[in-house]
Parts: sequence; C-alpha cells; structure tokens
Amino acid sequence: MSAAPIELPRWADIALVPLISVAASLLVAGLVVIGIGENPLLATTLLLKGALGSVEGLSFTLYYATNFIFTGLAVAVAFHAGLFNIGGEGQASVAGIVLTFACLGLAPLPGFLLVPLAILAAAAGGALYAFVPGWLQATRGSHVVITTIMFNFIAANLSVYLLVEVMRKPGSMQPESAEFARHAILTPMHILLAPLGLKLPDTPLNSAFLLALAALFAVWLLIYRSRLGYEIRTVGANPRAAAYAGISPAQITMIAMAISGALAGGLAVNEVMGVQHRLTLDFTAGYGFVGIAVALMGRGHPAGVGLAALLFGVLYQGGTELSFDQPKITRDMVVVIGGVIILFAGALEGLFRRFTAAGLALARKG
Amino acid sequence: MEWVQTIAVILDSAIRLSVPLLCAAMAGLWSERAGVVDIGLEGKMLIAAFASAVVAFSTGSAWAGLGAGILASVLLALVHGFAAITWRGNQIVSGVAINMLAAGLTVILGNAWYGQGGRTPPLEGAARFPDLTLPLAATLRDVPVLGRLYEEAISGHAAPAYLAFLAVLVTAYVLKHTRFGLRLRAVGENPAAVDTAGISVAWLRYGAVIICGALCGLGGTYLAVSQSAGFLPHMIAGKGFIALAAVIFANWRPWPVLGACLLFGVFDAVAIRLQGVIVPGLGQVPVQAIQALPYVLTVILLAGFIGKAVPPRASGLPYVKER
Repeated sequence: MSAAPIELPRWADIALVPLISVAASLLVAGLVVIGIGENPLLATTLLLKGALGSVEGLSFTLYYATNFIFTGLAVAVAFHAGLFNIGGEGQASVAGIVLTFACLGLAPLPGFLLVPLAILAAAAGGALYAFVPGWLQATRGSHVVITTIMFNFIAANLSVYLLVEVMRKPGSMQPESAEFARHAILTPMHILLAPLGLKLPDTPLNSAFLLALAALFAVWLLIYRSRLGYEIRTVGANPRAAAYAGISPAQITMIAMAISGALAGGLAVNEVMGVQHRLTLDFTAGYGFVGIAVALMGRGHPAGVGLAALLFGVLYQGGTELSFDQPKITRDMVVVIGGVIILFAGALEGLFRRFTAAGLALARKG
Repeated sequence: MEWVQTIAVILDSAIRLSVPLLCAAMAGLWSERAGVVDIGLEGKMLIAAFASAVVAFSTGSAWAGLGAGILASVLLALVHGFAAITWRGNQIVSGVAINMLAAGLTVILGNAWYGQGGRTPPLEGAARFPDLTLPLAATLRDVPVLGRLYEEAISGHAAPAYLAFLAVLVTAYVLKHTRFGLRLRAVGENPAAVDTAGISVAWLRYGAVIICGALCGLGGTYLAVSQSAGFLPHMIAGKGFIALAAVIFANWRPWPVLGACLLFGVFDAVAIRLQGVIVPGLGQVPVQAIQALPYVLTVILLAGFIGKAVPPRASGLPYVKER
C-alpha cells in the first residue's frame, strides 16, 4: 500500500470513479435482494417502471429528489469548507419549527408576503442551528461533527416537547400543529402548470422543486463564481494557506455552516409547507443522512448533487412502488444502498480509485 | 423507609438503562484510544441486537445469541477498520455508512425472514438471559439501607450486565497496566513513535477495532435478548451516540466513563419516573428536557465551558508510514 496519491485523468476522477462506486453499491443491493430470495432483475424493472414509467411516478420521483437536492447541497457546501455537517436532520427540524411559527403567526399577511417570509424564516432557523456548531468550532475548538450529532438529538427532543406541549392542535391526539391557511402553503405542481394546459396528476410535487433547482444554480454560482466561494474552497483545501492569504478560517467556518444549515432548511420548506401543510413529528425521516450519500456521490458539485438526488428520488419512489408488488423488499433497501454508497464513494474512495487506475492501465495496454 | 425503596428502584432501573451505554462507551473508548474515531457504535449495536435475537430464537439459547451478536458486530467493525486503517478513509464517513447499513439491513432481513415489519419473534425461556440473584441477597435484605440497595439495585441483573461492569475493570487494567494497553494508547497519541519502535500500527488498531466490535456486540445483545424479548427496528434509538457523549464527557478514561454512563442512566430513570409528576417548586418538568441533558452537557463540555475535553492526539487521523 503506497501512500502516493493515485493519479487519474480528470474525466475519470469526475465521472468514472463515482460511477464505478455507485454500480458496485447497486450490485451489493442486488446481492441483498438475492439473499432474501427475490429476483434482482425483476426488482430493478419494477423499480424503474414505478419511478419513471408514468407521469405520476415521475412526479413523485421529483418530489423526493427535491428533498435530496436540499440535504445534498447542505452537506456539499460544508464539505467545500472542509467541514462535515451531520446535523442536516436537526437543522431541518428547527427550520420546520420556525417555519410553522411563521406560517401560523403571520397568517393575516397576504400570500405573496407570507410565503417568502416563511421560506426565509425556515432558512434562518436552519442557518442559526448550524451556525452555533460552526461558531463553537471556530472559537472554542469543539468539533463540528460531534456538536452537530448532539444537536440532532437536542432538536429531536425539542420537537417532541413543542409538538406535544405547545404547538399541538387543540383537541387533537396526534403530535402535530394546526393546519396552515390556504394562502400559507406552496402551490402544488398540478395547479401551477394547469394554466399552461398541462394536466398533471395530483402528487406531492410542488413549487419547492423549482426552489431546489434555483438552489442548485445559486450554490454553483456561490462556490465556483464568487469571492466567498473561492474563500470557502481555499479554507477547505488548506486552512493555513487561507489564513496566510488573509482569509479568516474561523469566519469562513461559521459562514459555511450557516449556509449549509439554511439549505437543510429547504427540506422543511418542501415537506412542511409543500406537502403536509402542518408540522408533524419526524418529517425529516432520514433525508438528512441520505444527503451525505448524495453529496459524496455528486462530488460536492451542484450538477453531481442534482444527478445523485435524482437517482435517490428514483430509488425512493421506485422502492415504494416495488414494496407493493414485492412486500419483502421494503423501502429500507434505499437506506442500505445509501449506506453502501457512502462507504464506497466516501470512506473507501482510495480503494475505488485504485480499481479505476488499474482498469484504465489495462485498457491502455490492451 | 419509603425513600430507601424509591432510591433503590431508581438505581435499579438506572443500572439497567446504563448497561448498553456502558458497553458501547467502553467500545468507543478502545477504538478512540487507538486513534480510530467511531461514530458507528449505534449501527454495530443494532446489527448485534438483530443477530442475537435471530440466533437466540432459532437455537433457543441466549448464549448462542450473544455469540452471534458479537460476531456480527465484529464483522461490521472490521469493515470500519478496513476503510479507516487499511484504506485511510474518512473515519466519520465510514461510521455514518455503517449506521445506515445496519439500520436498513436489519429491517429488510427481519421483514423478509419473519414478516412482522422487521421484528423478530418474541423470545421465551432459555432464549433470554434470566436475572441472576447474587449470593446473600435474601439474607442481607434486612440490613438497613445497604441491604435493601444490594438486593434491589446490585443484585437481580442478567449475566451480560455483570459482564459489562467486568469489562470496565478489565479495560481499566489492560489499558493502564499491560504492555498491549500502553502500546495501544501510544498508537492513539503518536503512531509514528510506535512504528519507529518496530510495532505494527495497523495491527494494534485492528486489535482495538475488534475489541470495540465485541463490546458493541455485548451491548446490542443485552438490549435484544435481556432487556427486551426480541429485536425491534431501530431499537438502539440513539444509545450509541449517548455512549459517544459519555466517552467525551469522561475524557476518554475508563472509570469516569462508568460514572458518566451511570449518570446518564440516572437521568433516563428519573425522566421516566417524572413523567406527568409535578415537582414542588418547579412544576411539571418536561421529560424531553431531561432526555436532552446528556447531549447538552456534552456540547457544553466540548466547548470548554466546564472543564476541558482532550481527545487522544492522533484520533481520527489515518497513519501514513512514508512521510
């Protein structure tokens, strides 16, 4: 095992390594399917048909992809600053709480004011809840990873308390808030596109998807085309060199974490404001953790994050359809695939680069 | 003497609740003292809980379950070791992967094999660890205070619980007083020095990772085969992360880890007991506030507002020989 970094051509680095690790992850998932006595080829066909075979399936796929775009971007922005934000779940929870207070408390406002304000409130809630771990790392030296893990659990306890004791709809037994007013929610896609003559089925897909696309573009602008993005990448690559160049790593740590948390807040916008129209317990449902897989697979680049989010959208929607036909294969398969992708594309990246390099060398010789 | 009874009951449930924390925290201690950060304690406990419940159910033996739990957990620990030690991957990323892998696999396999939404069938009789009565518990129960505490709190736990407490003793001794322990601590502080002395950094770290896996296996098995009567999806419910908090809280030292785990166990026991109770002067204390306490305290401690947490110096850093 030599310590020398494995040199690869740029295209292989960007496309081939992630592709090979994703393919290997799907193979592992196929082995699990065989292990429980089902046919992986049939499962794949059903999955793809369920996710992409109809307008309804595709709409659901894009709805799930919206969540993964937000959580994937959140992890990716922090990655660029050399930070590992595992706190997407907690940041989205807090964003959901702030969002709900805004949607219910500002209800007298008209929709064109209320909706943007509520979205900003969600972003601010997520940003603040991520800023604190960033601030603690920058000024007190406590590691962002551990703090964000602890913050996830603190947010979970806070959500339970607020939903049971404070925000619960009067008379309801369920731990959920009152329903938002009609003008305080995001427009479903089938209503949004109806004036254009497009007839879409009624699905959870809503205008938050457009917000997610805008976020992809905005993050690309930020990271690759702005001064702040350059500073973020410099700190991520080498904090000491950054400090020498007059960039404050402490400041960038806090800013990057806040941006990351604001993006995680997008999950709350899609789920709470776009779909549930009320705050529910556990609406984050593990999307924050899958976001880590999305960011790793997408190599932190918004284009890659978008594609990876789409793949996970397909897996989620297809997996749901698949579990109707083959009850043995539940949607937990997506969690397994996510875990294996994180292992292969993240922790075992060196191994897969070695594979790729060996394969390329063989191809050149032969 | 009603208060003695109350304290004894709370202590008893605190000890029960702290056993899985203790196993996982000792596991984390071993791994981190050798320089391998492990946030995958949760996933390893989960896979152990599942494997032990499956084997205990099919063989009818709790001890066979323990063996399977430890084996499954060690296998997952070796995956972490392979990524973190051999391939010098990011240890946090690998830990996250292991947690997700375990969370998904256990539900899928459990659902496919038993068709009960991921649960395993209930364990009965010899498939569960019985509570052991320590010698003299009945004889001493009439000794005021101490006798009652001994009978209620110290005696009457299952075998894995006593193994967990034994693990603290053994860990403290091995780390402090044996050659292996000294080398292991050295590899977490300054691996280059250990390497220069001609000792393999990788093998020492693999050793620590395997011990970590075995202890997580003990903790997961205790949850599924002793505390509960079978596996439930996501039954670890964050205990692996509270254990991580306990390790940090105790500054990576065995006896303080025991103290931290017992303290967090007491929090949990008190939270359960205070549900819906009005405390004089405080009113109704929200259970969630007490449950969040371990996490809040760890954040405060890590930030250096009370005391200072000093991790092993080389923790989280892959060792590169040729530099």
